[in-house]
Amino acid sequence: MGYSKDQLIARLKELQIDFDQYEHPVVLTVEEQARYVGHLDGALSKNLFLKDKKSRFYIVSALSNTKVDMKILSQRLGLGKGGLRMAPEEALGEMLQVPRGCVTPFALVNESARSVSLLLDQGLKTQGHCFFHPLSNDVTISLNARDLDKFLNSIGKPPAYVDLEANPPVGKDQPPDLAAFVPSDATILPDNLEKTASSVAPEKNHISADIKSKVVTDKPNKPPNGPKKEKSTDAPAVSASFSDPEKFVEEILEKTSRVVLSEIKGEAIKQHGDQLGSVVSNSIRRQLTAELKNIATIFKNTAYTEGFHASNHQQPKRS
Amino acid sequence: MPSSNPRARHFPPPMSSTSLSPEGEEVAEEEQVVTPWEVSAKQGGKIDYGKLIDQFGCQRLDQSLIDRVQRLTNRHPHVFLRRGVFFAHRDFTDILDAYERGDKFYLYTGRGPSSEALHLGHLVPFMFTKYLQDAFKVPLVIQLTDDEKCMWKNLSVEESQRLARENAKDLIACGFDISRTFIFCDFDYVGGAFYKNMVRVAKCVTYNKVVGIFGFTGEDHIGKVSFPPVQAVPSFPSSFPHLFSGRENLRCLIPCAIDQDPYFRMTRDVAPRIGYSKPSLIESTFFPALQINKYAFSGGQDTTEKQRKFGANLEVDIPIKYLEFFLDDDAELEQIRREYGAGHLLTGEVKRRVIEVLTELVERHRRARAAVTDEMVDAFMAVRPLPNMFS
Repeated sequence: MGYSKDQLIARLKELQIDFDQYEHPVVLTVEEQARYVGHLDGALSKNLFLKDKKSRFYIVSALSNTKVDMKILSQRLGLGKGGLRMAPEEALGEMLQVPRGCVTPFALVNESARSVSLLLDQGLKTQGHCFFHPLSNDVTISLNARDLDKFLNSIGKPPAYVDLEANPPVGKDQPPDLAAFVPSDATILPDNLEKTASSVAPEKNHISADIKSKVVTDKPNKPPNGPKKEKSTDAPAVSASFSDPEKFVEEILEKTSRVVLSEIKGEAIKQHGDQLGSVVSNSIRRQLTAELKNIATIFKNTAYTEGFHASNHQQPKRS
Repeated sequence: MPSSNPRARHFPPPMSSTSLSPEGEEVAEEEQVVTPWEVSAKQGGKIDYGKLIDQFGCQRLDQSLIDRVQRLTNRHPHVFLRRGVFFAHRDFTDILDAYERGDKFYLYTGRGPSSEALHLGHLVPFMFTKYLQDAFKVPLVIQLTDDEKCMWKNLSVEESQRLARENAKDLIACGFDISRTFIFCDFDYVGGAFYKNMVRVAKCVTYNKVVGIFGFTGEDHIGKVSFPPVQAVPSFPSSFPHLFSGRENLRCLIPCAIDQDPYFRMTRDVAPRIGYSKPSLIESTFFPALQINKYAFSGGQDTTEKQRKFGANLEVDIPIKYLEFFLDDDAELEQIRREYGAGHLLTGEVKRRVIEVLTELVERHRRARAAVTDEMVDAFMAVRPLPNMFS
């Protein structure tokens, strides 16, 4: 089941994202939407759901008056001249799980939209507020691009803004400048290695699946007892771990407990007896040192960045 | 930092040496070619790194040096040192001597931002640089040569700046400590003391010299010709007055791939002539896949990489090579080598282990990458003091 607009709104509030909400009758086009919110302070967005010849999908989210030339975009993505077209309506329901007329960057919150690539118009950054549908077209929310970024980061889709009206040359010495936006639906590892692995060890197919999966998108209920998956790569829990000391500690303890529990078993107790303590202790160090140091560095960098940002926005003391 | 992609369009072909065959006739021998813009082995074989060291005149990083690093840093040497991935150096001993006396140094490395997602091969020098930063507790400057890409790849200024920021995120995800790392883009930073050093360097290098090193021709635009000093001067602490003022004698260590050696020879040649110490180098072999295979590494939207096949005769060496690079456990690697050699381990099983190891690396990087915000990039790039950079 896809996210509902209420679930999304709740999520935005959880992330402490600043936004305004407007309800209106169902609208299917930007012009109709303008009738209800056009008078408000902010810029309307147009959102295109596109597909290429290899069935890869893209959302292009732009200011309504930004010119989007599909031929140029297709070339810049490295898809050749006619490589992009509007995605069929079924894909809207299947992948984005939104109704017609409701394409929105927020649809990426859905697991089904995992591999959809998002191109954001850099014009969105120039506006104080932009209007988007929050998964249903009888509501419009208005927020700043920075807050949109916050949301996108929280679902593991770091935003990248593009000059959609640019038309750089694409040729032998000029690689398509937007090639990085083409989603990789295939494995990220060398083909041969991947194929052989799955044929040799069928019970290890979950590794192949793991390789294919991108960073997991958010689930509505944050697991209080740590991540559900074996390999914990739950994106929102991740970003919270790096800025919230409690979650950070929780993650460390969870990882450590897992090692402890995996080491203290019947045979191990028999084998090591009194020494089991030091064996487990060494195991913890061996398995976790590098990883914990890494996440601690990210934690530090995040805190430093928050301080840096705060300092830049500091108001002078009143004398 | 110049990548190992070809930059010079026209460069005189390598001179082939001749030798006398047993019959007394002159026989031309194909040399291996290693330059910043071309890497090829002799007749498609393996690169002879020993010969390269002799040819370039740099020094081998032997076991005694590795042991010394272990003693000085009080930690297990990085897997790249133990496996001979970083295998050569210039004046690394001087760095260690100074360090032992209590004189620190700083690290300098860089990247020419490209539109490709960063490959594991590209990240190798950065992974090693992070280890050096943590082990020696020293500051690091990372140069993003957006101007270079603008000129060589004919990108717009804005596009190369955008790519530089995107690439910066992948670099930050390698885990550098923000309190001792300064990342900068040429378009933002060139000027002031940095530019003064550029001019000092430029005055010491004749046009003929750069043509010799880079293979410029009369058709190349003047931007390219005047670019080399930009990448030379981060080796000099006075280029960063906000970081190193008062520390004019601070040494610099540059981790890089060995194909960059000819390039830094220019810098080392100029340094004493302008009253600066020569930067030291610590050099690596090539990532085995770089010529054969590439795969995307950064999080978010990945590039679909065209993957060339290994070839009809699958070289089993390659998976082992990956393990040599990335499997930290020496004992396990030894066991795999042994069992595979004895025929007890199948190729597929080795590959399975490779996938496990690489997946873990890739997942870790993805997660770290997702945590890098635009603000974090701004913070890393802010021209700010780093008060605790040596503690």
